[in-house]
Amino acid sequence: MATTPNAATPADFAWSPRALLRRLRSADEIAHLITLIAAATLLLITVLLVYQLWILSAEARTKFGWSFFVTRTWDPVAGQFGALPFIYGTLVTSAVALVLAVPLGVGGAIFLAELAPPKLSSSLTFVSDLLAAVPSVIYGLLGVFLLVPIMRTTVQPALKRSLGFLPLFQGPAYGIGFLTAGIVLAIMIVPFVLSVSREVLLAVARDQREAALALGATKWESTWKVVVPAARIGIFGSVFLALARALGETMAVTMVIGNNPRISASLFSPGYSIAAVLANEFSEATGNLYLSALIELGLVLFLLTFVLNGLARLLILVTTKRGSGVLPT
Amino acid sequence: MSARLMWRKTLNATMLSLTGVCMLITVSVLFFILGYLVYNGGKDLSWNFFTRLPAPVGEVGGGMANAIVGSLKLLLLAALFGVPIGLLGGVYLAEFGGRTVPFLVRYTADLLNGVPSIVIGIFAYALVVMPMHHFSTLAGGVALGIMVIPTVLRNTESFLRDVPSSLREGSFALGANKWKMVATVVLPAASRGILTGVLLALARVAGETAPLLFTAFGNRYWSPGWMQPTSSLPVIIYTYATGPYEDWHRQAWAAGLVLLGLVLVTNILVRTFLSRGTSYERS
Amino acid sequence: MNAAFPLMGNSGAAASSKSRAAAEGSTTAAPGASTLRMKVTRINFYYGKNHALHNVSLDVATNRVTALIGPSGCGKSTLLRTLNRMYETLRHTRLEGQISLDGVDILTLDVTSLRRQVGMVFQKPNPFPKSIYENVAYGLRINGHKGRLDDAVEKSLRRAALWDEVKDKLQKSAYALSGGQQQRLCIARALAVDPEVLLLDEPCSALDPVNTAKIEELLFELKPSCTLVIVTHNMQQAARVSDSTAFMLNGDLIEFSPTRQMFTTPSDPRTEAYITGRFG
Repeated sequence: MATTPNAATPADFAWSPRALLRRLRSADEIAHLITLIAAATLLLITVLLVYQLWILSAEARTKFGWSFFVTRTWDPVAGQFGALPFIYGTLVTSAVALVLAVPLGVGGAIFLAELAPPKLSSSLTFVSDLLAAVPSVIYGLLGVFLLVPIMRTTVQPALKRSLGFLPLFQGPAYGIGFLTAGIVLAIMIVPFVLSVSREVLLAVARDQREAALALGATKWESTWKVVVPAARIGIFGSVFLALARALGETMAVTMVIGNNPRISASLFSPGYSIAAVLANEFSEATGNLYLSALIELGLVLFLLTFVLNGLARLLILVTTKRGSGVLPT
Repeated sequence: MSARLMWRKTLNATMLSLTGVCMLITVSVLFFILGYLVYNGGKDLSWNFFTRLPAPVGEVGGGMANAIVGSLKLLLLAALFGVPIGLLGGVYLAEFGGRTVPFLVRYTADLLNGVPSIVIGIFAYALVVMPMHHFSTLAGGVALGIMVIPTVLRNTESFLRDVPSSLREGSFALGANKWKMVATVVLPAASRGILTGVLLALARVAGETAPLLFTAFGNRYWSPGWMQPTSSLPVIIYTYATGPYEDWHRQAWAAGLVLLGLVLVTNILVRTFLSRGTSYERS
Repeated sequence: MNAAFPLMGNSGAAASSKSRAAAEGSTTAAPGASTLRMKVTRINFYYGKNHALHNVSLDVATNRVTALIGPSGCGKSTLLRTLNRMYETLRHTRLEGQISLDGVDILTLDVTSLRRQVGMVFQKPNPFPKSIYENVAYGLRINGHKGRLDDAVEKSLRRAALWDEVKDKLQKSAYALSGGQQQRLCIARALAVDPEVLLLDEPCSALDPVNTAKIEELLFELKPSCTLVIVTHNMQQAARVSDSTAFMLNGDLIEFSPTRQMFTTPSDPRTEAYITGRFG
């Protein structure tokens, strides 16, 4: 209990109206109660959010059951709803984004944490933070008008020529599709990988670096073989965090993915993602089943990001708390 | 110098330069985006853009006055709804909380912060649009407000915790109550940081499109009051950019420039002048 | 500068008969250099504008223990960190003057080679968050060790008097060891790359008396094969383990003489004041 000026007798904690009133006489108790209500509102909102998603998706859940997740057909007219193409598109674009963004982000973080002078490091971090603040729709805008034409005329033909033997890089170059969406996503999540990785790298104790250097390690050897391994759990955390963002990212993906519920091995193919189908069809959904199927997609997205975020926070907490290398004294 | 040492030195130099290249690519993206938007959107920015309504479909010209006002109304609602809850909740965590409840609140805040904005949109739809049976500014404001809460809450908590305990003790020593101490000593001491958090949270939701698509929806005209659908800058950028008309595309660039300008200027000003580096910033 | 010119520590003592010392002695020409591993000549050191070492000179005799003592902030750790150029990891530092290792100016050496030859053990045990085995093997791996790694790891652990305690748990995390064991592990890690000189920066300050005694014993055992420089804030320790001692004060090297002489008949009144406990 919070500190009360008057000594609290057990009777004070009873929830009878009179006892409550007596407790409220203390100004501290009122302040406590008001702020507690605010904090509880946050919990309430979250619980309500889950509750609504669960209740409103009931119709689709009972009708399709687990087959919702393995069905490829999405036909609102026929009342057939399967989530597979959307789940596939979400996972594929996020995977492409991670493959591109993780090396870039971790590399940049190493530069900021290990090499750059403090002043340069903080101004570059500032720029990276600004990058994270750029609205998603702006990335979409540049994606549509700048990236898509470049992909169609230059990047995709070049990939086809050099790596066309892989099923990933086959088929007609539309410009839009999984690959383009993945690239836009990558650009969007780099700042998250970067800033979190930088923090966990900086949390590695200085004596670890010194120990490696004193053994004759080069700067890179001390970084790559000592500092990065010591921070690796936190770096994984930053990757999960970025993945969670990529999965839920809506506008930029909607604008370049092609919005076509297809499952194709080729990254050049147009596709669809969970967030994109919600953005496109939610406000026009006719009929309860249609809406309920869309809300079930929302539930899936929620659960995915919920789990990933929880995991990421845990990992980052572990590394920065333990300080990886700080010994008990 | 032995061959092995040569190799190690070369590897060292190569890899370290590569990390520099990674950083260079990352930061150059921002300048590229900014430059490209100025180049494409700058020429279509005019007085009309800020004062006129959109022209009828197919006609050239018109502006986005209703979208700009709509965005401001949405932000006002978001602030009214989200900031008090976040602020008071943050005070609870830092000053009154025991053990279990704050842990739960903190964890939930972080998770809510990570919920995709489109899912928040669904929630606001279920909460406001479904009972009212139509889209409205209110629904959009609620969606954005929910997104503001976790950021403001965690930020407030962290800045309150940074207030040195000597200040609190000084106040207690003068016989102040806890709430008086918080209101007159701790909150003012942390006010700059808290304001930073609030402004950054608002700047972030100002650019959100997804949660508005089926809450505030869109409107080609002025939206009177709070119960009608309203246009907003992010949504109109999306609509225009994916629409079929050349003139829409041009306007989308101009609107993009305005939106990005607002978001970046807020971020830069707030981060430079209000805080010496916020101690808790994520989004 | 009125700082006392350093006396040659133990110059008259018979040079150790270790073949390595003899072989390397021939590369230097300075008189008496056959017993000198490192020579610090009139160095000045700066942290930014802070002048931390004033015209310090020091001779480090081969296969001897040289102790640096003095009150906190006197520059003894700074001096130690110039010997393997560890100061370079800090920004805005500057070294003037000359330091040589076996007659070669260390500033002309490649810094990674220098640090392989001049190892270092730190104040707080700082093992890597890896297994015991990997900690010792780290330096060997980066330097491209030829031969069996297992043997080299065992040899280093034996030299650090840790083998018997850890031989059955080499794959366990180094953090599972006690503080004293961790510090000996750090010594083993430094010894693995076979350094000619080992610098110890208050290696026992985080340890209890029992573990301190173990480390001191270890220093004696290492002496025939390695040149040791130890910074300590503990005068008794310096008296126990070292052959020659340098007393520093406010960035000046006040006195440098054979340990027994320093603790019985110090030549400078400030040294006397310090060792008799009148300050510091």
